[in-house]
Amino acid sequence: MEKIIGFYPGCSLEGTAREYNESVFSLAKLFNIKLEPVPDWNCCGATAAHNISKKLSLSLPARILSQAETAGMKSLLVPCAACYNRLMVTQHELFENEELKSEVEEIMGMGLNSPIRVLNVIQFIQEYIYPGLQEKLSSPFGKKVACYYGCLLIRPHDVLNFDRTEDPQTMDEAMKMIGAESIDWPFKTECCGAGFSVSRTDLVAKLSGKIIKDACDRGAEAIIVACPMCHSNLDMRRNTIDRLLGYKTEIPVLYITQAIGLACGLSVKQTGIQRHIVRVDWQRLNSCLPEKMIKEEEDIHG
Amino acid sequence: MYYALYLITLLSKYMAKEIYQNNAPHTLNNDLFHEIGISSARCYQCGKCSAGCPMAEDMNYTPNTVMRIIQAEDRQMDLELLSSESIWLCASCEMCISRCPMQIDIPKIMDYLRQKSLQERLQDKAANKSIIPFHQSFLDMIRYTGRSYEVGLVLDFKLRSKKIMQDVDLVPKMLSHGKLPFLPDGIKGKKNIQAIFKRTLRKK
Repeated sequence: MEKIIGFYPGCSLEGTAREYNESVFSLAKLFNIKLEPVPDWNCCGATAAHNISKKLSLSLPARILSQAETAGMKSLLVPCAACYNRLMVTQHELFENEELKSEVEEIMGMGLNSPIRVLNVIQFIQEYIYPGLQEKLSSPFGKKVACYYGCLLIRPHDVLNFDRTEDPQTMDEAMKMIGAESIDWPFKTECCGAGFSVSRTDLVAKLSGKIIKDACDRGAEAIIVACPMCHSNLDMRRNTIDRLLGYKTEIPVLYITQAIGLACGLSVKQTGIQRHIVRVDWQRLNSCLPEKMIKEEEDIHG
Repeated sequence: MYYALYLITLLSKYMAKEIYQNNAPHTLNNDLFHEIGISSARCYQCGKCSAGCPMAEDMNYTPNTVMRIIQAEDRQMDLELLSSESIWLCASCEMCISRCPMQIDIPKIMDYLRQKSLQERLQDKAANKSIIPFHQSFLDMIRYTGRSYEVGLVLDFKLRSKKIMQDVDLVPKMLSHGKLPFLPDGIKGKKNIQAIFKRTLRKK
C-alpha cells in the first residue's frame, strides 16, 4: 500500500539543489511512498530573517506549518537542513509561549492548532526506507565515505533532539547499511560557512577548505551530506577552495539520498548525479590526494 | 490619620519607582534581560564558545568577549559592540550554545545584537557592503514572490553591493547543469506574505 507524507521542499531544492529533490523523489517512489507538497508554500526565511527580525523569522515558517496543518498533514518531510531547523525552532518557540503564538497568528492572519511531526531526511530514511532496504539493495556502495552533518541538522540539541551533537552517528549507520565504509573524522559537525556563500566567499572557502582537506587526507572517496547549503559550499565553491588550498581536489560531494539511491539500483539520471559541479568519477578518485603529497610518497618509497 | 499615612506610603512607592526607572542604566545587559530574558551574569568566561566558534579567528570580539562586554554594562563599549563587524560574522552555526556549560543561548543574543544594531543604525561599514545587503536582497525576494530564487537573489545582491563580476565564471556551468531556473511569478499567497512583512518590518 502506498504511504503518503507531507513534503516541504524549500527554495534550494527548486534551484541549485535540484538533484537533491530528484533523488528524494526517486527514492520515495522506489519505496512506494507518495510525497505530497505543502500547498502554496513560501520560503522559511532562512538565516536572513532571524538576523533582521525575530517576528518575521517566526511568522514565515509558521505560515508553512499552518498551510500543512490545513491540508491535514500529520508528518512533514523537510530535506533541507536549514528549513528543517527553522520549522523546528518556530514550532518549539510558539508552542512553548502562548502569548507569542497568538501574536504570530495575528501577524500572519492564520491559526496554528497542534504541532506537526517535522522529519529531517535521516529520520525519513530511518522510518520509511530502512524496513525495505535490505530487499532493494542491488549494488552495495563499496566506497570509503566521510559523513558530513553540518550545523543545522543536529543543533540546537534542546530543540531538535536528534542524534549526538559532537559525534553524530545516524548518517554513518545509514552508510554502513548500504555497504559503505564511513570514516571517523573531526569535521562532522564543523560549519561550512553556510549563508555567507555569496556575501563572504572568502570565509566560506576557508571553512569549507578545511573540511575538504581533512576528508581527502583521511582517504575518503566521497563526502556525504544532507543539506543543500553544505552541498553548494563544498561542491559549487570548489574552484575557490582549490585556489585557497593550492592544489586540485576531486572528491565528490553526494547527498545521502543519492548514495542510497545508487545502492538500490537507481540510475545516474534518476539521482541527479550528473548535475554536480565536481564530477563523480570513481576511477579518478585515487588522485584525491594532493599532487604534492603523492610526489612526497613516491620520493619516500623510491 | 491612617488615610494620610496610606497616601504617603503610596506616594513614596510611586516616587521610588519613578526614580528607579529614570536612573536604571540603559545598557545592553538590561535590555537583553528584559527583552529576551537572558542573563549575561550566568557566563563565567570559560571560553569554550570562542574555542569552538568557526568564525572566531576573523572576529574582533569573539563570543566570550561579547558576553564580557555585555556584563561590563558600559554604554561606550555597548555602542562599540553594536557597531562591530563581529556580530555580523556570526554564522548562526549554534556550536557555542551546544558547548556552553551554562547553556547560554549565544546565537539568540547575536540575533538580538544584530537587530538592535540595525534599529539604532550602527551597522559596521564592511558588513553593510556585503553581509547586510545579502540579507536584504534575500528578504526582498521573499517579500515580492514568497520564495527565494537564487538568480534574482544574486542579481539583486550584485546591484546592492556593486560587485557585478563576482561568480560570473560559475554561470555557464550552472546553466549546463540545469541549476538556474528562470524567474517565477511567485506564490498565490503573495499578499499574505507582504502583509507579514508589513507587520514585522517597518520600511525605512
